[in-house]
Amino acid sequence: MLSRTASDLFWMSRHVERAENAARMLDITYRMSLLPYQVLEPGQEWAEPWSLPLITSGLATAYYERYDELSADNVINFMALDAGNPSSIYSCLHSARESARAQRGAITSEMWESINATWIEMRSMDFPALKAIGIGEYFELVKMRSHLFRGITFGTMLRDEGYSFIRMGTLLERADNTARILDVKYHTLLPSVFDVGGAVDYYQWGALLRSVSAFEAYRRIYRDIIVPRRVAELLILRADLPRSLHACMNEIYDTLQQLSDSRSIEPERLAGEMHAQLHYGRVEEIFAVGLHEYLMAFVQKIGKLGGEISNHFLAPT
Amino acid sequence: MPATDYYDEMRPAEGEVRPHYQVYESWLAAMPPERIRQKRNEADIAFHRVGITFAVYGEQTGSERLIPFDIIPRILPADEWQILESGLKQRVHALNMFLADIYHEQEILRAGLIPPEKVLQNSQYRAVMQGVDVPGGIYAHIAGVDIVRAAGINGNAGEFYVLEDNLRVPSGVSYMLENRKMMMRLFPELFVRQRVAPVDHYPNVLLENLRSAAPQGVADPCVVLLTPGAYNSAYFEHTFLAQQMGIELVEGQDLLVRDGYVYMRTTRGPIRVDVIYRRVDDEFLDPRVFRSDSMLGVAGLLDAYRAGHVTLANAVGTGVADDKSIYPHVPQMIEFYLGEKPILQNVPTWECRKQADLDYVLAHLPDLVVKETHGSGGYGMLVGPAASAAEREDFRRRILAEPAKYIAQPTLALSTCPTFVDAGIAPRHIDLRPFVLSGKDVKVVPGGLTRVALREGSLVVNSSQGGGTKDTWVLESC
Repeated sequence: MLSRTASDLFWMSRHVERAENAARMLDITYRMSLLPYQVLEPGQEWAEPWSLPLITSGLATAYYERYDELSADNVINFMALDAGNPSSIYSCLHSARESARAQRGAITSEMWESINATWIEMRSMDFPALKAIGIGEYFELVKMRSHLFRGITFGTMLRDEGYSFIRMGTLLERADNTARILDVKYHTLLPSVFDVGGAVDYYQWGALLRSVSAFEAYRRIYRDIIVPRRVAELLILRADLPRSLHACMNEIYDTLQQLSDSRSIEPERLAGEMHAQLHYGRVEEIFAVGLHEYLMAFVQKIGKLGGEISNHFLAPT
Repeated sequence: MPATDYYDEMRPAEGEVRPHYQVYESWLAAMPPERIRQKRNEADIAFHRVGITFAVYGEQTGSERLIPFDIIPRILPADEWQILESGLKQRVHALNMFLADIYHEQEILRAGLIPPEKVLQNSQYRAVMQGVDVPGGIYAHIAGVDIVRAAGINGNAGEFYVLEDNLRVPSGVSYMLENRKMMMRLFPELFVRQRVAPVDHYPNVLLENLRSAAPQGVADPCVVLLTPGAYNSAYFEHTFLAQQMGIELVEGQDLLVRDGYVYMRTTRGPIRVDVIYRRVDDEFLDPRVFRSDSMLGVAGLLDAYRAGHVTLANAVGTGVADDKSIYPHVPQMIEFYLGEKPILQNVPTWECRKQADLDYVLAHLPDLVVKETHGSGGYGMLVGPAASAAEREDFRRRILAEPAKYIAQPTLALSTCPTFVDAGIAPRHIDLRPFVLSGKDVKVVPGGLTRVALREGSLVVNSSQGGGTKDTWVLESC
């Protein structure tokens, strides 16, 4: 497969996943903002629910360059609709659609029609239009379009190299996002650890789980109140939760093994190392290191892995 | 010109229907207008969703537009198609022989049939191709020949004429295929009522031809399609064809030349390329040989090509055969190379480099269409009847300054076909571009791209100037 093709496919799925994750984060923030527990630490802006999606995505600086104050409308505008923000849902879906257009020949026509239809729907969406269909409904729509695209990919695409790069784009982005979301929430939610079992605590941790579609899974697995340690275990170490770090690394490692040849030893080695840590890791050890330190190290490694994959497959020199 | 002076593809006269349109006409007459409107909307939505668009130059980068699609097909009866088909094969065969000849022995020049300077001084003549052998002696693997049916030439009621031979990088075939798909999706019942010759095997025939054009000794050739990129107006077609043929769609940046061979950069390292179906013009193919500022080509490609290590389709230098100054000689080529009478006629053409022709042209400017020999796409053209006196005067001066740069043709009364317009169904002028594929033999998929001038009275069918397309049906004889 052409390196340029592999690169476009990788970024296509990565951008769709990024749009979905942005929608998930905004959706959960929106829901939390409807609760009567908005400000955890009065006077501390970083604890405002609407700052969380900005901090998680590393977009706070860019946001304050464009907007003066933190408000729901501004954050939604910036992260969902702003064409000037390369990580907005709008920009991600545009990039994904352009990659798909460049590689129409390498994906199935159903995939192309799906992403193109999504783009046609999204490109004309402004804030009044978004309000008109409903903020929650809009995020739901973005999520469903991402599900649909992934489902069509799963159901129609030849299991060739292109498929492998599409999966890797999705999984790298997802692993990165899950790690960031857990880290930021954990930091923000820390004060409430002293109030375990309280209503605020329940909603906050519940929201975190919902944002990665893990709330129901938590209930099924633990059948108990939500405690941070178990949330961390679920989202980091459980191999059977599709958005956990372990689940993502399982598939990334398998995929890299299939793709590997004599030239791609380094990405495979790095993925294997990360995979082994998750496969054989224990939650006690993670907390001994410090959850924040652990997650930041992971985010750094996943970034490095992305770079190695790019060097070896997508843009070989 | 009154409407009755045009040949209408469906109606020879008001209230009458040609035999090959009868099945369709009775179906259309029974269709409620509401349902037709709904189907037209459906087609629009589907084309947008599928993304069958063309990029528009000069507008905002990357803007895409839909080419209007008309749901009334252009229908050709089997007997007319047979004439067209054999005429097209004959013509393209001769054109390929002409190209092989001028890049080798130049017998046609030595025989005095064509003034040598017309070929050798032609901007489309590529000296780098002199003496280079190409596989099978085929230069134009893909030709898109523009055909018009016109009334009034030499008293004819509605003969086919060849307007132009496109032998460089002809486009439009994806619309032929997508229009058919759309018609079958919208009106499956029509295809039950009569037998329409299928067209969707075109990519198969093309791929087979491209593979057969591989350099000698390559058992399982690697074929790729070279595109200028996603902002080219025909990019949709490039992706479409690559996908249909299951070949890689490459850009210049994906290819490299090493030790005289061409490779593409892949996730598994460099892989050798044997045949390049290139949709990039000659001038941009190799910055070392042609335009050095080209970002679309591959440095060293021409050396690999001349060494016979890779095949380009179409070959380099085909433009010299479809140039307007060479066009008047195609009937002579057919007789010279094949010893046959041309089946399809040329449009009568006056060459201003000849004194008698020049006198005629200057005396009849208001009736003629004057074209620059090297122009294309409607540039550098005078449409006499539509031009102002001042424009004609300006052109007269330009012709007199450089007569050899101009040819003239009668203003053609292009045939019309009923078409949906805002006011309902009305006749609009059309042309036809069938696609001729040359490999071990010459094949024409039955049909082509029918373009229609949607503006009333307009004779300009170009999509960049408000033209639309129609599905083209060749009826199979029963």
